[in-house]
Amino acid sequence: MANPTTSQAPARTKAPEAGALVTTRRKRRYTLLTRQDKLLILMMVGVPLALDLLLIWGPTLASVVLSFTNWDGIGPVTGNNIVGLKNYQFLFTGYTLFWPAFSHNLIWLAWLTFIATPLGMFLAVLLDREMRGTRIYQSVFFLPVVLSLVVVGFIWELQYAPNDGFINNVFGLVKSGKLIDWLGNPRINLFAILVAASWRHVGYIMILYLAGLKSVDPSLREAARVDGATQVQTFFHVVLPVMAPINVIIVVVTAIEALRAFDIAFIINQGKNGLELLSILIYNNSLSEASLVGFGSAIAVVLLVISLGPIILFLSRTMKTLA
Amino acid sequence: MTQNYQFLPSTMPAIFPGVAGNAGKPKRRRIRPARVALHMFLGAMVALWLFPLFWAIYSSLRPYSDTVLHGSISWPSGGLSFINYQTVWTQADIPYYYVNTLVIVIPGVILTLLLASMVAFCCTQFSWKFNLIVLMLFTAGNLLPPQVIIRPLYWVYLNTPIANLGSIDVSKFSFALFSDNNLLYDQYIGIILIHVVFQTGFATFVLSNYMKTITKEITESALVDGANVLRIWWSVILPLCRPALAAMATLLFTFMYNDFFWALVLLKSGDKRPITSALNNLQGEFFVNNNLVAAGALLACIPPILIFILLQKHFVAGLTLGSTKG
Repeated sequence: MANPTTSQAPARTKAPEAGALVTTRRKRRYTLLTRQDKLLILMMVGVPLALDLLLIWGPTLASVVLSFTNWDGIGPVTGNNIVGLKNYQFLFTGYTLFWPAFSHNLIWLAWLTFIATPLGMFLAVLLDREMRGTRIYQSVFFLPVVLSLVVVGFIWELQYAPNDGFINNVFGLVKSGKLIDWLGNPRINLFAILVAASWRHVGYIMILYLAGLKSVDPSLREAARVDGATQVQTFFHVVLPVMAPINVIIVVVTAIEALRAFDIAFIINQGKNGLELLSILIYNNSLSEASLVGFGSAIAVVLLVISLGPIILFLSRTMKTLA
Repeated sequence: MTQNYQFLPSTMPAIFPGVAGNAGKPKRRRIRPARVALHMFLGAMVALWLFPLFWAIYSSLRPYSDTVLHGSISWPSGGLSFINYQTVWTQADIPYYYVNTLVIVIPGVILTLLLASMVAFCCTQFSWKFNLIVLMLFTAGNLLPPQVIIRPLYWVYLNTPIANLGSIDVSKFSFALFSDNNLLYDQYIGIILIHVVFQTGFATFVLSNYMKTITKEITESALVDGANVLRIWWSVILPLCRPALAAMATLLFTFMYNDFFWALVLLKSGDKRPITSALNNLQGEFFVNNNLVAAGALLACIPPILIFILLQKHFVAGLTLGSTKG
């Protein structure tokens, strides 16, 4: 870093003119970089990359390795800890909470995919026009997106609380003594928190989709209109295909949100009694007093494998255009 | 990339020539039933959307005795007051938790932007063998569910020695340099670190998207002029990315402010918790009634709502930068 110009000046004079670079591309571009520059690039990428590998990818691999052990979190992992596929075997056949949690994640995904995400897209389509107040509508729908899921959970507890909550009171269930325990009843509490989570998800999707809609070339719609297509036909046959890239992002965002779900279930009842999720089982097994690290890691691997689907989809669609 | 900003609601272009064409005709004053139905539907949705928030505000403004006496759906007989806010503010130490949060979030955002812009700069302005793989590693890392990595990460935090060089104390608040237990675990810097590393993945992706639209010739001619890469990054590329950086800063602030999970696992001391996990702790012991819960929750969402109101344009731009490509 110290006095960069003086020490590098001689090296640079040997470098070809910028004009020549454009034509001879690749190989020559490097001749423009001094050794110090290359070292700097190595540092600028290397330090963040090392941190990323150490704190994200290292632990990911470690989770995979640990899933084949019975490590309890104390002392080193030794050869004696290796148990092969036992964790997985027990997970799929003996652990009573796994399939409920798995299906709750699936329900979460299905709810977001078939209800919340389409609602967000629908609002975006409605708001994507010259209309009075469209900005106010957008701001309102978007507002919950800035709130944390913890706060969202608290705000909705005020709706759902058995005695004091708004819903039971407004339908007279408190007076008639037929209280519905929205968050306590394991048959309905998942849907109750899905409504709360959707409050936030819909606005997110709306804003992403609106950005996509605005990027559609208006002349396309005009052409469709001139050709006599209805608005609905135009949307499905002209707009939607053009929006393929944004559709991929929306699919990925929806799937990832469903797999990551944790906060809201955790603050409502620590993810018990109807609110079990894979993420919560990982937390409970590998970080609570039980300290079944190996077993918890097997659940983490299941979650990882499912997550790879949307992640690979995202990378394969976006990386083509990058760099 | 300027195109992205055209997508923003604030600068919404007139993209419906058909509609605009009608405007000049005499029949434009006619009330269209479809439009009325649209506004009615959207109005109903808006009411539905705002209601939970409105209800939280209303609950927070009522003394609990009043709710008990008249039921939660009733007109306030004793009037509305800020008594719940006062109680939460002073007894639950909300200002202290705001400081805790800011001590984590502000360095977190700045460091994330610095690291991510470095990586994005190197990956988009120079072609080298592995730049695409590096970008993929960062992007994919951010998409992983945090729970997948949490147990090994917890181990790393418990086994990384960190120097204890005293602390910066401001009355009750104490910021350790760099660790008060010689570990990463249960430290502000530990939480800052994981936020930075995790969000660098997202920020790198978005900033690369932005920077790839900057022509490489700018960097090349700066190199010919004798600037080194660090200098080009700092004084040529970063100024060009100001809109993207502003958008990312807004978004990252909200992401980090809203975090619950990292602090839940990687912090132990109650007095180091950021506001979201502090709220969760208060739930059992301090929040004896729902009106207090409402006041606490609303106090916690004031900063992000302020950011949203003041910087909505940047916020939305940040979200859409990553998703729309010119």
